[in-house]
Amino acid sequence: MTALGKLLRTTVFKLSLAYLVIFAIGCGLLLGRVGLTARLFIDEQTAETIDAEINGLSEAYGRGGIRRLVDAVERRSRQPGSSLYLVTTFAGESIVGNVAEISTGVLETPGGSEITYKRVGDEGAAHPAVARVFVLPGGFRLLVGRDLADREALRGILVRTLLTSLVWLTVIGVSGGAFVAARVLKRVDAMNESARGIMLGEMSRRLPMAGTGDELDRLAHNLNDMLDRIAQLMIGLREVSDNIAHDLKTPLTRLRNGAEAALRVDAGDTERKAALENIIGESDGLIRTFDALLMIARLEAGSLTESMTDFDIGAAARDVAELYEPSAEENGMTLVYAGEPGLVVRADRDLVSRALSNLIDNALKYGKSNNPDATSDIRVETRQVGASVEIIVADHGAGIPDAADRTRVLDRFVRLEASRSAPGSGLGLSLVAAIARLHKGALRLEDNAPGLRAVLALPASVQTPTPA
Amino acid sequence: MSDMRILIIEDDQEAAAYLIKAFREAGHAADHAADGLEGYALARDGDYDVLIVDRMLPKMDGLSLIGGLREQKVETPVLILSALGQVDDRVKGLRAGGDDYLAKPYAFSELLARIEVLARRRGATSGEPTLYRVGDLELDRLAHEVRRAGKEIPLQPREFRLLEYLMKHAGKVVTRTMLLENVWDYHFDPQTNVIDVHISRLRGKIEKGRDAQLLHTIRGAGYMIRDGAR
Repeated sequence: MTALGKLLRTTVFKLSLAYLVIFAIGCGLLLGRVGLTARLFIDEQTAETIDAEINGLSEAYGRGGIRRLVDAVERRSRQPGSSLYLVTTFAGESIVGNVAEISTGVLETPGGSEITYKRVGDEGAAHPAVARVFVLPGGFRLLVGRDLADREALRGILVRTLLTSLVWLTVIGVSGGAFVAARVLKRVDAMNESARGIMLGEMSRRLPMAGTGDELDRLAHNLNDMLDRIAQLMIGLREVSDNIAHDLKTPLTRLRNGAEAALRVDAGDTERKAALENIIGESDGLIRTFDALLMIARLEAGSLTESMTDFDIGAAARDVAELYEPSAEENGMTLVYAGEPGLVVRADRDLVSRALSNLIDNALKYGKSNNPDATSDIRVETRQVGASVEIIVADHGAGIPDAADRTRVLDRFVRLEASRSAPGSGLGLSLVAAIARLHKGALRLEDNAPGLRAVLALPASVQTPTPA
Repeated sequence: MSDMRILIIEDDQEAAAYLIKAFREAGHAADHAADGLEGYALARDGDYDVLIVDRMLPKMDGLSLIGGLREQKVETPVLILSALGQVDDRVKGLRAGGDDYLAKPYAFSELLARIEVLARRRGATSGEPTLYRVGDLELDRLAHEVRRAGKEIPLQPREFRLLEYLMKHAGKVVTRTMLLENVWDYHFDPQTNVIDVHISRLRGKIEKGRDAQLLHTIRGAGYMIRDGAR
């Protein structure tokens, strides 16, 4: 497409043209209205003048008959002006007047009409006029009229004005439209150019912004934000793929080693059995990792409606705490539940329990204090904060001192150096975060000084809590 | 429990062959149908104790098959096997008329334990007994009391429910996930040995100072309560 063709096809240009047409029609209507009003005014004036002439002439006729009338007409004909007079015999022969020629048949019909005429001594074309014809006794006819040159001149002026205006309007409109369109087109072209660049793989490119804060800038800004989000997701995806490769390859290698060990000729029955059991163990671990990944993917893609119920979050949290309490005790820790009674959330109970179970499981794994004298309490709390209900699991272990790490650890497969050797898939907190997001809530990790405080915030149910 | 007649409706020939062999080794007889229509015909006319139905089947999908059977008043217990193992799928399966749900891949011991518990339901006559007895251990469901050799053992409510479930299925293997589902109503795997710790606590209470062990750990499968003296 040529540059001009492109310009002419822009929306801005087409809109300019449409606006131009509407504007031109408006101008035409305005001028037309002015012309019509002026013409009516002139016609009225002409009619009044003719009436006055006729009054004067009929007075002369009344006083002295046809002779007096002819005198009066002769006198008036000699004065310059745009009035027309003609007196003829019954046969149509001119007796007196300043009209040389008129359109045929005018004299035969009494009354007023628009005619064309030639003045006495006038060689040019016929002029338009308004005239009235009277039939006098004896067959004489009197014609009194007025030239319409003024009216025609005004009409001409108006038409010329309209045409010149239209020409200028078109010139200004088209060039203005083209100018504006070119400006917009330039910016849109720049955006398109950037977009093509991004599509071709220059992922760091962003749409240019003019800094004017107009709608194009806002569009570019939002698209840039979208691109940032996509880039973030892509980085996340790449990290996940890398991590999947690493975290799944390790157990797969162990699995394969186990199978080879079981196949070895010199392996005894007990050795074989142990190797096979290890294989099953590794497979179960892999299956769990896959399940967790699938679960996170489904939670992130899905929405909950069917499985949502209103339930007492305190009771649910107490149930999970109770499930883990003996394990905590066996670990030399105490698990304490403390919560406000009667807090109701609308959520998927199984998923929320699973999230809480993951958080407590983490606290059991990493929440043990290194200082043997320090307390190793794990506190599970539920409380209402504004429109949210918070479920808190706080431990007194090593915690995550770095605030950036506390955010990063929510990502898939992220395991901090300190815990790399401990069992786990690095998906537990991601799963909790996904469950929180699915419920339009959030998971925050805070410093419990010392230890970690995981806060799972869920929107409180709008329903009033049922009394226990 | 032995000699169950099991129908496996599963399009994966290899998986089905493995199941048939494994069930035979466990003392049960198993038939196989490779697609939904064949499975439906066999399940409707055959006298099976339990059906194992894959969700995704050629010709007729698993859920429609179960729905069709239930419409025909075939009330054979059904366990649904599915590669889709998420919560909502389980709910859908149970709503369609399934009695239990197991996600692939699964441990055979888990499937066997669930099948044996399911099949018993069919033989169960009206209502559950109010008193369970295993050896000298008694659980009174109405009085909420547990006695061993006539001496009352105080239990926490959850421990009571745990023991109740084990005793209801006395002589059968009960897996950890079955306990989580039926005692705690959780449909997820907490991944740690939480259940084991609960069991060992319960064991401490009911077997303190006793020689005869009633609550047994079945390695690689789960737990079983049974009168060892018998």
